[in-house]
Amino acid sequence: MAIKAEHLNYVYGLGTAFEQCALKDVNLEINDGEFVGLIGHTGSGKSTLIQHLNGLMKATDGAIYYNGRNIYDAGYNLRALRSKVGLVFQYPEHQLFEINVFTDVCFGPKNQGLSRQDAEKRAREALTMVGLDESFYARSPFELSGGQKRRVAIAGVLAMKPEVLILDEPTAGLDPRGRDEILDQIAQLHKERNMTIILVSHSMEDIARYVDRILVMNHGEKVFDDTPKEVFKHYKELEAIGLAAPKITYVVHSLRDHGVPVDDNITTVEEARDEILRLLEK
Amino acid sequence: MLKDITLGQYYPVDSKLHRLDPRTKLFGTMVFIISLFIANDIWAYLIATFFLISSIRLSQVPFKFMVRGLKAIVFLLLISVSFNLFLTPGEPIFRLGFLKLTREGVKIASFMGVRLIYLVVGSSIMTLTTTPNQLTDGLEKSLGFLKKVGVPVHEVSMMMSIALRFIPILVEETDKIMKAQMARGADFETGNLIQKAKNMIPLLVPLFISAFRRATDLAMAMEARCYRGGEGRTKMKPLRYGKQDGIAYLVCLVYLAAIAGLRIMG
Ligand SMILES: Nc1ncnc2c1ncn2[C@@H]1O[C@H](COP(=O)(O)OP(=O)(O)OP(=O)(O)O)[C@@H](O)[C@H]1O
Ligand SMILES: [Mg+2]
Repeated sequence: MAIKAEHLNYVYGLGTAFEQCALKDVNLEINDGEFVGLIGHTGSGKSTLIQHLNGLMKATDGAIYYNGRNIYDAGYNLRALRSKVGLVFQYPEHQLFEINVFTDVCFGPKNQGLSRQDAEKRAREALTMVGLDESFYARSPFELSGGQKRRVAIAGVLAMKPEVLILDEPTAGLDPRGRDEILDQIAQLHKERNMTIILVSHSMEDIARYVDRILVMNHGEKVFDDTPKEVFKHYKELEAIGLAAPKITYVVHSLRDHGVPVDDNITTVEEARDEILRLLEK
Repeated sequence: MLKDITLGQYYPVDSKLHRLDPRTKLFGTMVFIISLFIANDIWAYLIATFFLISSIRLSQVPFKFMVRGLKAIVFLLLISVSFNLFLTPGEPIFRLGFLKLTREGVKIASFMGVRLIYLVVGSSIMTLTTTPNQLTDGLEKSLGFLKKVGVPVHEVSMMMSIALRFIPILVEETDKIMKAQMARGADFETGNLIQKAKNMIPLLVPLFISAFRRATDLAMAMEARCYRGGEGRTKMKPLRYGKQDGIAYLVCLVYLAAIAGLRIMG
């Protein structure tokens, strides 16, 4: 088990007139090699939660264990933790600062204390992973397109070779093609390197296609924690908290309401197609 | 610490003081400050205390927020009080080496201490009950007469309110970028001064870029909405005096007269 959070509570602006409870008694476990989706409406506490997982924010109350050790223990090396639990922020392109793409990606590995050669090797690998070739290396990060900047920023975290990769809405503001490319690359990382991945998103469609498990947040509380199939069965409750199951769930359920015996475990369009074809052939 | 600037220290409740016109509150604060410098005997200070406590009660702001501002001046307070206490010449009560405590010293020092504390608490009441934007509005209106002598009052106050509007945004941005770089292993705490300054680059570059981007965006948006300075510009929420403002002015003037009267008679 990689990450475990127990009774996490977090209050913004503690002791001021603007106290705001952002996390309420959140318990969760992330296992090694899992691909987990974290979903919730705007302001439900997703970003707050993931910043706890690599020790950037300290919980008002509760504990977090990484590989069995409490990260709030005195003497726990938080910097080392941050290089093991890589976090890509929402709009990560705002963090770029170097004169060219390549040096920017080297920033992380250099901070880990790697030699120049090793850092550059890591940067090259990471940039290849996100699909940027050598022609980009010498360009200024500020003259790239939004999607390209996003990739550079993701590469900047990948170059640190984290064991767990957390991405906060990596596809926000990208066009459908850019979105699919980035999500596919993440899925590939998961498959090839067996990296543990936590993907934060607004979109059930995106998440349903890739993840093994979905955590649903609502007003700072974790309300569901199960496989996509199980979570989507609660599509009525999901609607009540401002989310929705993937469109195909609705199609499947209304087919069943009309007496068509489709399997209600379907979560993607492809599965639905196969199921409907199977029924038609019968 | 940066967070403290973001909202001024505005405390959001709906009290009688919150609803007063900012100009009235500016006037009241000024009256109170002046009164503190006129007051020189115990009765005047008692009246001032009564005035202050009534304002605090009226503002509905918890007392601990009032005294928060005092933390900043603890040091100043200690120094000025102890200097006055031991270095005022007069009739000695107590001697310790070359230091001597005099009756006059005790009197001056305690007045001095009370005066400083009241000053801070008094001005806190204004900032706690008035948003920074109301404050600049109030200042713009009250200082409007300076326009006649060529002071660009509107422009200055517009700049002030934009700056105030941007502080929380930039603070948030700083926080975000700082965390993003820390997630990449950046270290903002350790090292000597030069090292620390160097480590700030990953924070400052993105921050400047975003500040410039926001500034040009805002300028563009203002231009697109035909902003041309204060000439002939009307306000969505014009400042208007109400009945309660009249009462407040009256109370302030009576208070000032009482303190001044005590000074003249004493
Ligand atoms: N710096 C802050 N100060 C005070 N309150 C905050 C701060 N950041 C977030 N909050 C509050 O905490 C709650 C959770 O915010 P968070 O950013 O975790 O939401 P989110 O689920 O990531 O939303 P989004 O999908 O919009 O990114 C919100 O109600 C928000 O208003
Ligand atoms: Mg978020």
